Amino acid sequence: MNIFVCISQVPDTTTKITVAPDGKTMAGTGVKFILNPYDEFAIEEGLQLRTKHGGTVTAVTVGGDSSKEILRTALAMGVDKAILIKDNEKSDSFFVAQNLAETVKGSDILIFGRQSIDFDSYSMSSMVAEILDLPSVSMASKLTINGTNVVVERDVESGKETVATSLPCVISAQKGLNDPRYPKLPDIMKAKSKPIEERAPIACSSRVETLSMELPKTNRTGKILGDSDADIRELVRLLHEEAKVI
Amino acid sequence: MNRILVYLETHGSGLKRSSLEAITAATATGASVIGLMTDGNETAALSGSEYGLSTCLIAKHPLLSEKSSMAIATTIAQAAKQENVDYVVMAANSTGKEIAPRIAVKLQAGYIPDVISLDASSDKIIAKRPVYAGKAVVSLQATTAQCVMTLRPNVFTAKKQAASLNVSEFIPLIGSNDGRVKITGLVKNEGKLDVSEADVVVSGGRGIKAPENYHLVEELANVLGGAVGSSRAVVDAGWRPHTEQVGQTGKTVSPNLYIACGISGAVQHLAGMSSSKVIVAINKDKEAPIFKIADYGMVGDALEILPKLTDVLRSTLHK
Ligand SMILES: Cc1cc2nc3c(=O)[nH]c(=O)nc-3n(C[C@H](O)[C@H](O)[C@H](O)COP(=O)(O)OP(=O)(O)OC[C@H]3O[C@@H](n4cnc5c(N)ncnc54)[C@H](O)[C@@H]3O)c2cc1C
Ligand SMILES: Nc1ncnc2c1ncn2[C@@H]1O[C@H](COP(=O)(O)O)[C@@H](O)[C@H]1O
Repeated sequence: MNIFVCISQVPDTTTKITVAPDGKTMAGTGVKFILNPYDEFAIEEGLQLRTKHGGTVTAVTVGGDSSKEILRTALAMGVDKAILIKDNEKSDSFFVAQNLAETVKGSDILIFGRQSIDFDSYSMSSMVAEILDLPSVSMASKLTINGTNVVVERDVESGKETVATSLPCVISAQKGLNDPRYPKLPDIMKAKSKPIEERAPIACSSRVETLSMELPKTNRTGKILGDSDADIRELVRLLHEEAKVI
Repeated sequence: MNRILVYLETHGSGLKRSSLEAITAATATGASVIGLMTDGNETAALSGSEYGLSTCLIAKHPLLSEKSSMAIATTIAQAAKQENVDYVVMAANSTGKEIAPRIAVKLQAGYIPDVISLDASSDKIIAKRPVYAGKAVVSLQATTAQCVMTLRPNVFTAKKQAASLNVSEFIPLIGSNDGRVKITGLVKNEGKLDVSEADVVVSGGRGIKAPENYHLVEELANVLGGAVGSSRAVVDAGWRPHTEQVGQTGKTVSPNLYIACGISGAVQHLAGMSSSKVIVAINKDKEAPIFKIADYGMVGDALEILPKLTDVLRSTLHK
């Protein structure tokens, strides 16, 4: 089975965000970058599929030089091959999708995370699937493959959906799909010297333009009460008369 | 004048509230709005007309009855072309998140997900959306002729406004290739209101101390007719199911009232609830970050406050 896993590098969620001088992007200095947490589930699923069905797992990312670090993590976890599609421009999601599609076409299964925790777009798996004319199922919490038949459990608002599809296909991983392994120290060391294939991106014009980035303003009342019985009655009064939510 | 196609999802015999919100949001831009349903009928469309919907297409095809996400995407893209719309808008729920990116690719259109405000003061709509767990907000505009957007549920308010309705049938051209994905089953969360769809959410965190205390959270939620949510800490501890987790890696909620009990207010939790209309925090630590975004706070032991609060509410609401 030819398995591709798409992974992305994101700022650590505890990062304090400041706006860059261009007024449109995040200032990058002092920011710690990590492997997108959902992509750990994607990598793990790829590795487990390889164990069950044989084949190779390739990790691919679109990003700058610093993204090599997450590819090394994927190699340490056990993927066979790593590809960096070089992009220093911070391009839009369509650019990323187009470039991923170009690289992963011909694979049997493509695995994504459900969302990357920088922009939380939840879009990449469906975009790449559409470009390649493949079926896709997002937010998979269980995946079963039998021959070319694929059955996926998917979390939706009202419960759990069962979705039937077939290989080749695209999946995005929800938490609970598996338990990602921790890379072992010797594997981390070995991964440092493994090759990372670099590719130049194919050009495509962006479809969405960022006009500005701002830090959100909070305009909350911020009335702080104690815990006496009178305070509890006061809270109920405020919710009823002032906020009018009950 | 802009033309906007709004994808409408049914709920019971009417429409999902998130679809009604999309009708209101699209109408408020001054655009001419066309609704499209892939699993609905005239009765459902009529419930949209109470919110200002005057034109509605009802698509029919066997693959739509099987709820193939690919067939739905194909249908919406074809309707967008036929109706020559500038924008396609739908809810940022599990359906919208899955199909909207496909529609954008089909239409060679820009895609803007999870929108929280629309500004139509210039002829191209500017959309705002939160990024980096809500720590920043970006303003975006498509550079393409058409643009696909998903709207964060519960952020736009559905407003009643009667309209007379024109319904027509829409027959999409769907190839059998779109039958490669089908929903074959749904196990419903038994009798439980989902956090992402509730008007009131009462969430518990590690400050609830033990799973056997969680009934205090449930009872407060019950009195308010709301849903129970959880922080990741209590989900990871195995006290509560992941379906209840609120936050960046759980569900995004924007209820009218969010009550956080024994939750510190980590940024990843705030990402999932900071767009709630009114936020109440109950925490024994007055320095807890949750108070920074709360409208009302109570400093004290949640285990003591919760039963009393539930009692006072029960008697107030039943008066
Ligand atoms: C990549 C990533 C993603 C994450 N995603 C999410 C997410 O989606 N959702 C989420 O919630 N978290 C998420 N987290 C975890 C988040 O960082 C916090 O660890 C978590 O939200 C803490 O949960 P908590 O507030 O219940 O617990 P704590 O932070 O331990 O807070 C407990 C609070 O309870 C108070 N307290 C204690 N006893 C009482 C009492 N008797 N009465 C009243 N108050 C009391 C304490 O003062 C404290 O403020 C994520 C973390 C990472 C790294
Ligand atoms: N730059 C990228 N390179 C490779 N994969 C990506 C990239 N950005 C996003 N992805 C993949 O797409 C998933 C969803 O991301 P998003 O749609 O951006 O929220 C992530 O979990 C990754 O699997």
